[in-house]
Amino acid sequence: MATVAVIDYGMGNLHSIEKALKTASPNATVIVTADKNIILSADHVVFPGVGAIRDCMAALQKTGLDDIIKQVAQNKPLLGICLGMQALLQHSDENNGVTCLGIIPGNVIKFPSGTYDEQGNAIKIPHMGWNEVNYTNKNPLFNNIAQNERFYFVHGYHASEVGEEHTSATTNYPDPFPCALMWKNIVAVQFHPEKSQHAGLQLLRNFLKWDGTAESNGHA
Amino acid sequence: MALAKRIIPCLDVDNGRVVKGVKFVDIRDAGDPVEVARRYDQEGADEITFLDITATSDNRETIVHVIEQVADEVFIPLTVGGGIRELADISRMLKAGADKVGINSAAIFNPNFVKEAAERFGSQCIVVAIDAKCVSANGEPKRWEIFTHGGRKETGIDAIEWAKKMVALGAGEILLTSMDRDGTKIGFDLELTRAISEAVEVPVIASGGVGTLDHLVDGVTKGKADAVLAASIFHFAEFSIGEAKQHMQDNGIEVRL
Repeated sequence: MATVAVIDYGMGNLHSIEKALKTASPNATVIVTADKNIILSADHVVFPGVGAIRDCMAALQKTGLDDIIKQVAQNKPLLGICLGMQALLQHSDENNGVTCLGIIPGNVIKFPSGTYDEQGNAIKIPHMGWNEVNYTNKNPLFNNIAQNERFYFVHGYHASEVGEEHTSATTNYPDPFPCALMWKNIVAVQFHPEKSQHAGLQLLRNFLKWDGTAESNGHA
Repeated sequence: MALAKRIIPCLDVDNGRVVKGVKFVDIRDAGDPVEVARRYDQEGADEITFLDITATSDNRETIVHVIEQVADEVFIPLTVGGGIRELADISRMLKAGADKVGINSAAIFNPNFVKEAAERFGSQCIVVAIDAKCVSANGEPKRWEIFTHGGRKETGIDAIEWAKKMVALGAGEILLTSMDRDGTKIGFDLELTRAISEAVEVPVIASGGVGTLDHLVDGVTKGKADAVLAASIFHFAEFSIGEAKQHMQDNGIEVRL
């Protein structure tokens, strides 16, 4: 039976991601854990996160889970969600600048203040709510999900300077930013699949079917 | 195409039941919160907000249990408000499966609580709830102040200044309720909504007074709200969430259908 480890480093609500994974794939064994051995022996690993990057990185370093994530990143299907995605990049401007795990090339920057949409309404920060995800590259995460499907976002910072070949999808707010990344056996999303109803559950199901290879179509 | 405007049904929970009163009296029973939440999720609600309207310690157990049950099967954002007074309250709600908490009176007693909460849990989960009432006389420029205790107690705090202060302290969203309109079904206080929405950078949820689907449209187009919250028009099945969204889309508002 396939097992999926959800990395618990003490940040945020893991109840929802646990339940969403179980609902997406009732046959999978879902373990929310900080145990290094369990994480390293799982078939799939989910790296979630909410809050601010400084606390996130501090918690990872304190628990030694930063090294575990780097090991997982070498060979296992790994899904980073929201702050978990941002932590996989090299550097974040949040909290006056924080060095991240540096697993995926790219950085994290703030949405600019004082921008307006076409109707002249102020663009609110954080970017909060259901926005469209436009895939730009083939990615097993988006199997059986319609192009421009809406997912739930909540964040004030976003990925930037990620290579086009590693950007799987973008979202406009108001300018396009990378909202889904793919790097070898790692996929990462800025939005919250566990809060994105049917589309989110489908994405999680796709992740659990993925074997972590670029060639896989997700039906492994 | 861009970010959708959100429709948020609100469940006022008392003793494990959904209730809704007019200006906090004449409370009608509207069902089991878990069943109601399930129905709203199926109808396409963008989020669900629970307000623990009595917020006693007994009721706290009940609401935690409700959130746990809802979070087990409803995969959209959940907000809980009412009686959030310390960091441990927030921690408990998030652990039960809530994504955001609404802070109201505790912010008035101790504004720094909002800062501590945002630093600890992130601004994305801190919603500051503002209950405002118009205090200017006829003919004067409009002015609103913050009220507590279900609109009965004035604080003398200017609503716009308060909203700005809360955002500066770390609020990630403002849930704005017009105490003049709450439960009246005559529509949002659009001037108030617009004034607050234009004063702060974070999203503003308009609340208080929805009686028709046009009121929801007005909240977004005239009030400049990022989300609209309503209770009774959905509870008593006057309208479904789907009908509300369709009506908003027909009026040129981007929604998630």
